[in-house]
Amino acid sequence: MNNKLLKSTLGTLAIAAAMTVGSSAVFAGADLDKKLVINGETEIVTRTAAPAHLDGALDEIFSGWIFRKDETQTAQMDDFDNPGMIFVDIAQDAWNKVDGSEGKSCASCHGAAEESMAGVKATYPKWNEAAGEVRSIDMEVNNCRTTRMGADAWKLTGGKMTAMNALITLQSRGMPVNVAIDGPAQSMWERGKEMYYTKTGQLEMSCANCHEDNYDLHIRADHLSQGQTNGFPVYRLKNAKLNGVHARFKGCVRDTRAQTYKPGSEDFLALELYVASRGNGLSVEGPSIRN
Amino acid sequence: MKPAILGMAALFAATTALSAAEIAPGDVVFEDGAVAASITGVVGDPVNGRMVVASKKHGNCIACHANDEMPDVAFQGEIGPNLAGVADRYSEAQIRGILVNADVTFEDSFMPSFYRVDGYIRPGKRYTGKAADDTFAPLLAAQEIEDVLAYLMTLK
Repeated sequence: MNNKLLKSTLGTLAIAAAMTVGSSAVFAGADLDKKLVINGETEIVTRTAAPAHLDGALDEIFSGWIFRKDETQTAQMDDFDNPGMIFVDIAQDAWNKVDGSEGKSCASCHGAAEESMAGVKATYPKWNEAAGEVRSIDMEVNNCRTTRMGADAWKLTGGKMTAMNALITLQSRGMPVNVAIDGPAQSMWERGKEMYYTKTGQLEMSCANCHEDNYDLHIRADHLSQGQTNGFPVYRLKNAKLNGVHARFKGCVRDTRAQTYKPGSEDFLALELYVASRGNGLSVEGPSIRN
Repeated sequence: MKPAILGMAALFAATTALSAAEIAPGDVVFEDGAVAASITGVVGDPVNGRMVVASKKHGNCIACHANDEMPDVAFQGEIGPNLAGVADRYSEAQIRGILVNADVTFEDSFMPSFYRVDGYIRPGKRYTGKAADDTFAPLLAAQEIEDVLAYLMTLK
């Protein structure tokens, strides 16, 4: 390249850069038709008709994957590029490791997670008849640890729990989210719905303000998704770790300048149930990658 | 001596008038969503107002509203209307009302109230996630509202 051509090219680049800055107010919307296939074999439903209970609110539902940048989307297509899978490996070791006074591991009762946990995540949170309450996967894990294994309960937002959740979630990947909203779970579901539409904090923002009314638009640099939880636990590029759904809720509520609810609380369990049900029909996708 | 004393008295009166002129968040009077009188009695500074509009640490108006007058500011939001020409669309009193409490003009608006301190659900202590305490204050100070207003009135 001669100097004249080089200068001209640099000049063009400078103009292009200036134009990019100048037109920063205009964002591109997401490619809503983009397809996610993980490891070349597991097809993930990232766009589908909204469940009946969202009639009048949303026509279609989308996985958060749809709204992420190309490179983030691509990384999730191959588990070797998905940092969330490192935590699944850690949890697999924990699954097989004896812990507590009863000399048991998860595997002692449940055998191979690939078989016993297949389809489990797709229906959680759900009503546990024996316990007489709605339970999350994390609550069931701790119940096993304390009542069957004689081991300490794990911190609900801690790394061990989030990793175990990811291992269990992985066994349902590609299956449709199918959370029950009627029967004995209905009152918790209604409570979660009430929370979803309540404007909290000094900024007076509800979940719906961003994730129902304004998804696929930008608040400053944030490209808003529908706030679906089918991809949880998520490996976030922002904090370089696996994040559970309650931890994520807490961050969102905090950002409305509100007093947050407590991760592990019945409040967030109700919201977890309700938000999960808004994704009925999307595929279980976790562990996923988000920003 | 007499003129000097009168001068002092006049200065004192002016100072008192200034502080008395700042209207507390709960005392702002709306008429059809508009607020006719300045809430500080001090003329707004459009230069500071422009900074408040653009800065993430201040008004962060750009988070939701694009603004053609600020092509240098990256990542302008897509939620509310573009601020270009806002002074052609609304009067000064109307914009002041929208800044103080947009819900009075637009029912159930997504726009936060920038000069209000009560009526919130689970108000927090800034972005800590903790409950609000006695440091709770409106999102913008009264003079910042007037400064932002002065800036927006230049967008014709």
